This record gives sequence, structure tokens and C-alpha cells, in this order.
Amino acid sequence: MAKIVFKHPESLKENIFHYCPGCGHSIVHRLVAEVIDEMGIRGITIGVPPAGCAVLAYNYFDVDMIEALHGRGPAMATAIKRCLPDRLVFSYQGDGDLAAIGIAESFHAANRGENISVIFINNAVYGMTGGQMAPTTMLNQRSTTTPAGRKQAVDGYPVKVSEIFSRLDGATYVERCAVSSPTGVNKTKKAIRKAFQCQMAGLGFSLVEVLSLCPTNWKLSSVDSCKYIDEVMSKVFPPGVYKDQTGQSGKTAEARP
Amino acid sequence: MKGYIFIKKELCKECGLCVHFCPKDHIIPSKEYNAQGYHPVCVDETKECNGCAICATMCPEIAVEVYRE
Amino acid sequence: MNKILMSGNNVIGEAAIRAGCRFYAGYPITPQNELTEYMAEHMRNAEGGVFIQSESEVAAINMIAGAAAAGVRVMTSSSGPGISLKQEGISSMAAQELPGIIVNIMRGGPGLGNILPSQGDYFQATRGGGHGDYRTIVFAPGSCQELADLTMDAFDLADKYRTPAMILADGMMGQMMEPVIFKKPKPRQYPEKFMLRGAGSGKSKFIRGLLLDPVDSEAHNWKLARKYEVISENETRCEEHRIDDAKLVIVAYGTAARIAKGAIKRLRSHDMKIGLFRPITLWPFPEMRLRTLSEKVNNFLVFEMSTGQMLEDVRLALQGYADIEFHGRPGGAVPTPAELANVIARVYEQKD
Repeated sequence: MAKIVFKHPESLKENIFHYCPGCGHSIVHRLVAEVIDEMGIRGITIGVPPAGCAVLAYNYFDVDMIEALHGRGPAMATAIKRCLPDRLVFSYQGDGDLAAIGIAESFHAANRGENISVIFINNAVYGMTGGQMAPTTMLNQRSTTTPAGRKQAVDGYPVKVSEIFSRLDGATYVERCAVSSPTGVNKTKKAIRKAFQCQMAGLGFSLVEVLSLCPTNWKLSSVDSCKYIDEVMSKVFPPGVYKDQTGQSGKTAEARP
Repeated sequence: MKGYIFIKKELCKECGLCVHFCPKDHIIPSKEYNAQGYHPVCVDETKECNGCAICATMCPEIAVEVYRE
Repeated sequence: MNKILMSGNNVIGEAAIRAGCRFYAGYPITPQNELTEYMAEHMRNAEGGVFIQSESEVAAINMIAGAAAAGVRVMTSSSGPGISLKQEGISSMAAQELPGIIVNIMRGGPGLGNILPSQGDYFQATRGGGHGDYRTIVFAPGSCQELADLTMDAFDLADKYRTPAMILADGMMGQMMEPVIFKKPKPRQYPEKFMLRGAGSGKSKFIRGLLLDPVDSEAHNWKLARKYEVISENETRCEEHRIDDAKLVIVAYGTAARIAKGAIKRLRSHDMKIGLFRPITLWPFPEMRLRTLSEKVNNFLVFEMSTGQMLEDVRLALQGYADIEFHGRPGGAVPTPAELANVIARVYEQKD
């Protein structure tokens, strides 16, 4: 008698994703929902979507969610977690949301060691608005606002979020993964679970950066996009664990002294 | 280990990831259309499924259900 | 009940905590720093109280929006430049129907301006100042006692109508020390169904302002508009001071009204028939009351510590039924009652 080993997660609504074919958001949404299912925390999870392709994430996640203004997710998540410390609060963000307009909110939530989890989708481009340069756009990468490729002299360098945030004393767990292969997808799911467990144990700020495919704006097929992540993006943004202090106790921002 | 998959054709967006990553070449493109206007993938009955679930792991649309004996 | 001698900024903080405010986020900016510091000191002693010095005024407004969604009474405070930064967040709170108090201790503007008291943020407070079709309830206290009373009322109204509300004071009021009595706060009435606390075992819900379908979006805008009409009908407040026999009525709010009262006292002792109409809610503006007043009074003098902003609302209210003069002192200049009395007297003489 065959048993099902893979089915639609319960914490995800049945709606068809509006994301493009091959989009990494779709994969990561599923992983987050699977982790929520496996940890049995659907009822106490509150998510904060970004402004970006995933702005309509509440159409997919079957958990309580509140829309945040562009970049301000970590500020909202901070407040929600401080008021409801026993809930699982996560902020789900893209390149512009976390590293451009929202860099202060992300940085300071990490710096204060807020006990929230941030899922950062790095696809090196601004997806929803049509493919403009992101802070994470790589040198010589073409985008609609760098038609000749990103030039360091005028456009600066790609921002390495995991590296930077891992240097903050307030951050407890920072890992970068990629959803460009089955191994990568499985590692990403483990990282998300570790981040959520870090939060549920009250250990402090966790960030999972996911190198994610954007076939539409990269103008590549989905399969070639996976290769692009493995062969190009992973050289600039090496996957790996950048910080892991989950073994240490007593690291959490508290509402009361 | 043997298995089989069930493809929810109406969800498939023809991204091709499952076709590429299946270690058994069990999934192939098709010429039919679904309501979204894509050509959903289908199984190649001549190849065996081992229930590894790599297709479902990669599928962004959660369009594949995987069963194992 | 005991009177407590406190400075304005601290009064707001104490009133908020007594009213049940349990989440405050703010960023230092003169002349309201005492309020942020008061909350830092006292919020931690309140059960469940959270104080965060945020990284910016932008972060603060977004923090209080999150806490409001979680079902807590919230407040943030700033001055002109910081309130400008908060506008997107205030618009979003209005769209998402989240209650919250924003305190603006006005200073000289525009731009960095200075740290002296002014009333240059009237437009910002009452005409948006964020984007979209929304309104913010705006209270204009005129004394430390009103800072206490109106702060408490603001929390009640914000909850009742699920909308942000603003306390529009100025740097003088923030520093001024007067005895106040804190009234007993009303118990909070805010249904759980509006709070986002996790789905539990039931259906999940979401709070959002993005409505891509124009059918939904238009309906939502009209829903908000109807709410604002109800607020206008029920929550307008004003004070009429010595207007029974007035031939000239000063229209002023906040500290300007305080100065005007001093000027009127001087002028009345010289038998000049002058009164004061003082809006206490700037939105909703007490236009009906003002228009009714114009049935027996033909001359109004609007006095603001700005180049003329409430002046436009007075013109709209009076619709040409009366003469309107204006006297303004922008940029942090604060006239004495004697100086203002001279100005009023000149206008009064001309009108006779």
C-alpha cells in the first residue's frame, strides 16, 4: 500500500501562486509552511510580508499576517513580538525591502537582538517593479537601471547581507542557503526550521538568506537560473552558516529589564 | 524502492525544474494545455519512479504528489 | 483628587500610561525629548509596558502600527520633521484601521527650522499630511490640563473609531509647568476580532491596506469617508470665550489661544468687545459652530503662530459671511499678550 510522502502543506492555502514559473518565492513559501506544520505552530504564528512580489503572501500563508510598508517589516515584527512574546513572528523580505529602504529597520532589529526570524529572499534584482538594480545586484549584472551592467564606480558593490548581519552582536543565527537544487532546498528548509526553533527557544535574532531564482528578470529559463545561482551568485554570495550562537543561552531582547 | 507521482496539471507552470532534476528521467514535457495556458508536464511511463520526491522538492507550484510503496 | 505640578511633555506621558498605553516607540527630537524619556522611565514599571527607542521616527510609527495590530494601546511622539517622516505610516494605519496616538510638539519650520514653539504643522496634521483619502483626528490642547484630558480622550476615540489620532501641541506647552488633575480613565473597549494574535485553532486573518481591485479599493475609501463623517458629527469640540457681546472674535488654538486670552483680558479692561473662538479639535474642524457665530459677529481675526494655515479652514467655514483678518508669527516667534493686544486693538479700531 503506497503512502504519500509529499503533499500540500496545511499552513498554505490552496490558492494558485501568482508568482512566475520557476520563482523561488513559491519554493520558500512551501518550505516555511512545511516547517510551521512540522513544528505545530500555525496557531501562534504571525507573519509580516514585504512590499515586493511577495506582498500578497497573506493569500498563501494560512497564518495571521499583517502588511508592512516597504522595508518596515522588522519594525512591525519587533513590536508584535515584544507585545506577544510567546508567538512565532517572522518577517519575510526581498532585496529592496531588507537591504535598501529597510536597511535601518533590519539592522537595528538584529542589533537589538530582537527575538524574531527574518527570511531574506535574495534574487539580486527588484522583481515586482520589473527588474531594476537591487543592493544585491552583482557587478556587471544587467538590470533595467544598469543596462550596461552594474559598475562599481557609479553603482557601488553588491551588499553581502549575511556577512554584515553576522557581525552584529545582537544576531544569534545567520545562514545563507540557495534553492537552486534539491540539496539546496533541503538545506534551506533546515535553516528555516533552525531559525524558528531559535526563536521559540528565546535565543534571539535569526536570519536566513535564500539565494532565489528570478527567471523572469534574469531572462533565463528556470533550469538556467539554477545554474546561474550555483555558478555565479554562489561565488559572490557563498552559502553557509555565518553565525550560530544557538548553543549559548540567555541571548534575547526582553521587554522588561 | 518504488513509487509513483501524481501531477496536478492545472497547477503546472512549465518551469521545467522537475524534468531537469528527476534522476530517473520520469517526467517529460507534454503538448497539452492547462487552463493557465501552460503545457503541464507528464510522466514517462517507460521510466521508473523511485519515490525520491526530488521533483516535488523542486516544484514551485506544489503540483506533484509523491507516493512510495 | 490631587493636583500634580508637571511639565507638559511629562503630562502627556503620564496621561497615556494612565489611559492604558503599553507600547511606546520614539526617537529623540527637541522639544519633545522629555516625553520620550518619561516613557523610558515609566513604561517599564507598567505591567506589560514596552518602551523602545527606535532607530528613526519612521521605525517608530511602524512599530506602533505592529503593536496596535497586536491589540495594545500605543503612542509615538515627535516634532515637525519627525512627523513628516511618519506620514506613510500614519496613512497606512488609517488604511488598516489601526488605533494609535501620534504626538506632535511643534517647532519652527519648514525644514530643520528651529526648536522654538510654532503652529506651522496645521496643514500637515489636518490635510493628511500623508498620501491618500484619509483623515486624522487632531486635538489642539491649550493648557497642561487639556494635555492630560485630551490625551486620554484621544486613546478612547482612536479605539472607538479604529483610526490614528494626533495631539498637536507646541514647544511652549511641552515645557510649561502647571498643576494638573488626571481624570479616571474609561475602561478600554476594543473587540478582539480586530487584534492579530495568531490564528489559534480557527481561521487565519490578515490586515492590509493594499487593495488591487478597484471595486474593493473604492468601497474601502467610501467606508473610511463614512467613518470620518460620523466622527465629524459627533466629536467636534471648541470653546467660545467671552463672545456673547463680542464685536470682534479672535480665532486661535493651542498656545496662540492662550496668548489671545491674555490679550483679550487687557483689551476688555479698556471696554473693547473682543472674544475668542478656540477650536479644540482641528480635525474635525468646528465649522458649523463658527458659521453659526457669524450670524451675530461680523469680524474675525485669525491669529496663528504660522503664516496662515487654519486661516483657510476659517475662510471655508465662514464662506464669505464675515470679514476675516489675519495676524501671524511664524518661525518660532511667540508674541506676548501685550504685543498681541496692540495688534488686535489696531484691527478693532479700524473696524469701528
